[in-house]
Amino acid sequence: MSAHLLELQGVHTHIGAYHILHGVDLAVPRGQLTMLLGRNGAGKSTTLRTIMGLWRASQGSIRFDGRDIARLDTPRIAQLNIAYVPEAMGIFADLTVKENLLLAARGARSAAQMDAARLEWIFGLFPAVEKFWNHPAGKLSGGQKQMVAVARAIVEPRDLLIVDEPSKGLAPAIVHNMIEAFAQLKRSGTTILLVEQNLRFAQRLGDTVAVMDDGRVVHAGPMQALAEDAALQRSLLGLSL
Amino acid sequence: MMNRLLSGDAPRSRLLAALLVAIVLGLACAPFVFPGVKALNVAAKVLVFVVLVASFDLLLGYTGIVSFAHTMFFGIGAYGIAVATTRMGPTWGALAAGTAGALLLSLLLSLAVGLFSLRVRAIFFAMITLAVAAAFQTLASQLSDITGGEDGLTFKVPEVLSPSFEPFDDPFLGVTLDGRLVCYYLLFVAAVVLVLALLRIVNSPFGRVLQAIRENEFRAEAIGYRVVVYRTTSSVLSALFATLAGAMLALWLRYNGPETSLSFEIMMDCLLIVVIGGMGTIYGAVIGSVLFLVAQSYLQDVLRLASEAASPVPWLAALLSPDRWLLWLGLLFVLSVYYFPTGVVGRLRSLRAPGAR
Amino acid sequence: MNYKQKVPPAPAQSAQAAMNLREIDWPPLALVPVLALAALPLVGSGSTWLTLTVAGLAMGMIVFIIASGLTLVFGLMDVLNFGHGVFIALGAFVATSVLGAMGDYTQSASLWRNLLAVLPAMAVAMLVAGAIGLAFERFIVRPVYGQHLKQILITMGGMIIGEELIKVVWGPQQIPLPLPAGMQGAWFIGDAAVEKYRVVAVLVGLAVFALLAWTLSRTKVGLLIRAGVQDREMVESLGYRVRRLFVGVFAAGSALAGLGGVMWGLYQQSVVPQMGAQVNVLIFIVIIIGGLGSTGGALIGALLVGLVANYTGFLLPKAALFSNIALMVAVLLWRPQGVYPVTSR
Repeated sequence: MSAHLLELQGVHTHIGAYHILHGVDLAVPRGQLTMLLGRNGAGKSTTLRTIMGLWRASQGSIRFDGRDIARLDTPRIAQLNIAYVPEAMGIFADLTVKENLLLAARGARSAAQMDAARLEWIFGLFPAVEKFWNHPAGKLSGGQKQMVAVARAIVEPRDLLIVDEPSKGLAPAIVHNMIEAFAQLKRSGTTILLVEQNLRFAQRLGDTVAVMDDGRVVHAGPMQALAEDAALQRSLLGLSL
Repeated sequence: MMNRLLSGDAPRSRLLAALLVAIVLGLACAPFVFPGVKALNVAAKVLVFVVLVASFDLLLGYTGIVSFAHTMFFGIGAYGIAVATTRMGPTWGALAAGTAGALLLSLLLSLAVGLFSLRVRAIFFAMITLAVAAAFQTLASQLSDITGGEDGLTFKVPEVLSPSFEPFDDPFLGVTLDGRLVCYYLLFVAAVVLVLALLRIVNSPFGRVLQAIRENEFRAEAIGYRVVVYRTTSSVLSALFATLAGAMLALWLRYNGPETSLSFEIMMDCLLIVVIGGMGTIYGAVIGSVLFLVAQSYLQDVLRLASEAASPVPWLAALLSPDRWLLWLGLLFVLSVYYFPTGVVGRLRSLRAPGAR
Repeated sequence: MNYKQKVPPAPAQSAQAAMNLREIDWPPLALVPVLALAALPLVGSGSTWLTLTVAGLAMGMIVFIIASGLTLVFGLMDVLNFGHGVFIALGAFVATSVLGAMGDYTQSASLWRNLLAVLPAMAVAMLVAGAIGLAFERFIVRPVYGQHLKQILITMGGMIIGEELIKVVWGPQQIPLPLPAGMQGAWFIGDAAVEKYRVVAVLVGLAVFALLAWTLSRTKVGLLIRAGVQDREMVESLGYRVRRLFVGVFAAGSALAGLGGVMWGLYQQSVVPQMGAQVNVLIFIVIIIGGLGSTGGALIGALLVGLVANYTGFLLPKAALFSNIALMVAVLLWRPQGVYPVTSR
């Protein structure tokens, strides 16, 4: 069993005529939280979408638990117990919070069949989810929606969580909640790949870090090492953690 | 010189050029080369459809607007001539007045339709034009005082164009020279002039902007072209040419009714022709019209033979019945949308330069 | 921006509430009774008004049955099926064959014996239409996913082929489809004659709507459809094959169109091969008014269209088709995306 749950090697992605990813090499270790950092336009979201099969990799290999998933279609990839929270959250606005979660719970045919204990845990992490259970998800604030999006990703146990900028546009208090939630998730043994621009977030949660620029991973290694090297931080990200 | 005449839009394929030359010659000499009333009727219909479909190509192929209301303008042109000559007598003045009136009405309607198209999404617009065309046809059959209702209007045309006009007693090259021939050549000249005019339009800077808008409207607007103006102008031009085609039809048939020029079948025929011929080429309208109308007229004869041959197998005979020619044409249409997305013209052009575009 | 922001949120209800009853956008719902009431003084006589209103509701229900499938197909998969009319015609013609073969049932004056003929006719019509729908999706629609222009062209081509094939099987002429004996005639409420069949049509329409509403709001499949209509990509990211779902919805939509065809044929008491193309225009008006992807919107649109057609048919016969177009334009000026726009496309 490889130490890495997810491995990308030499992945290229073209969107129409545009060559976005130029040979991405990424290794996501099991049971850890890997941060994917980089400035806007570096190709982070594209990488996540390529992993999920929403964009097709034109070259390279993507291995999940040793198995090549680059040619699989999105539903099949999701069925391998990979959960994806897109940058835009992907909340179904006209559906209630309950329905949003029910949709993600593939094993449940109705709300009653969802795992009650797990739901309790989710309510503890994200009180807003319980509070607005029967409300249309579209009526929630940005931060609340973000919580619903993450809650949805964990409504059933997943092997890998891929999250795109969960703290974007959120008030600092909510960001704190979010950090706490991910810390708990990490402790529960879920492997997480997180794209973030909020460096506090990154520093507190990340075990491993990969930095992208211009469609490539330009640095990869333990978060500790990056956190201690201010000069490296500035050269990679333009500012310090 | 040929290049200037064609506004720089050369056929770009020897086979295509040869075909076009053959078609033009064939149409020019039709009365002499293809004897008989039916053949001449088909040839005249080809001339009318070439103009109609070419105008439709301007709208669909070059500007990317899907509109099912095109036959409305065709009908307006036809009714213009019909109503004017019925009311004002068979004079050239009446023809001029009828055509002018029809053009004016088309101008106003197409402006309204064109501007409305920009308020709603393309899908809505397509559906709405379908409804409007149906309503217009109903309107034409209900305003019987003006339009002659369901029965339509039968009318006379100026002396020179009518069959009874026979200036020479002796036949020329085996064909009696009469008003029909004059009318036919009037249509021929009109068709040539209108098609060349359309070529000039689509190859002008205006035409290039249309294509840019078709490809990426957002970017065109961002560059600074006022998409509203271009699309509306294109809608109006397309409608005006269709109106003239309608006038041509009415002149030839000396009759017009709701079914003749406003029916949904004609709209479908235009679609079939423009797709089979090749969208966004203008030449596609020429090739497509010829193919389609010849098939329409003579395919039925072929099917009749086939059906008789298949009479021992009743269901096969029913499938091959000449009345079901539209079935086979429909199949051809569906197949061409899949396998010939660029139509006959596109296919011919790509044959010439394999790999290159 | 979001029309829902205008309506104050209703207090949270239990999970039993169907289809977002908690926040009803009521103005479009009000249109139907408002229109009916507005027509009363114009029509003059109460009994005539009642007859017309029932006729309008019946016609509207039948149109709704046909349109519901089409609007879901568009909302879910962004597929524009301009050939939906062919299933209408197919259903109607199949019914002529089935009912034609069951003469002793249809000629009986007993309503129950009539139903023993009509219900199987509807069932067979739906099966055939659904099956042809599967083939239509596979061979005509599937190759052109994502390309609107080609979809329009191809589905119209498919309709032409379908119409011609109907002519091959049943002949090109009009075929009568008389109502069974027990369903003919009318009930009299005071002065007003209310045709029995029209009441039946309204009931069937309501039943179909209730079934659709229940499926959409209470079952997981319905949930998937509603979510897929909003964000297909996200549903796939959650691990569901939306394509498969779509094929099912397409077949169901075609079957519903077949059912609608049977009912329309009985309403007109005759069928012609071109009936698909004729009803197509009405269907499009309905789903434009309703908003692409919305079942509730389709119901409202259909009822409005049915009522308007019948009222103007009585008041201004020459303006009938225009009245529907005028109605559509009026609605679009008020809400350019239809009364209940569901998709953001």
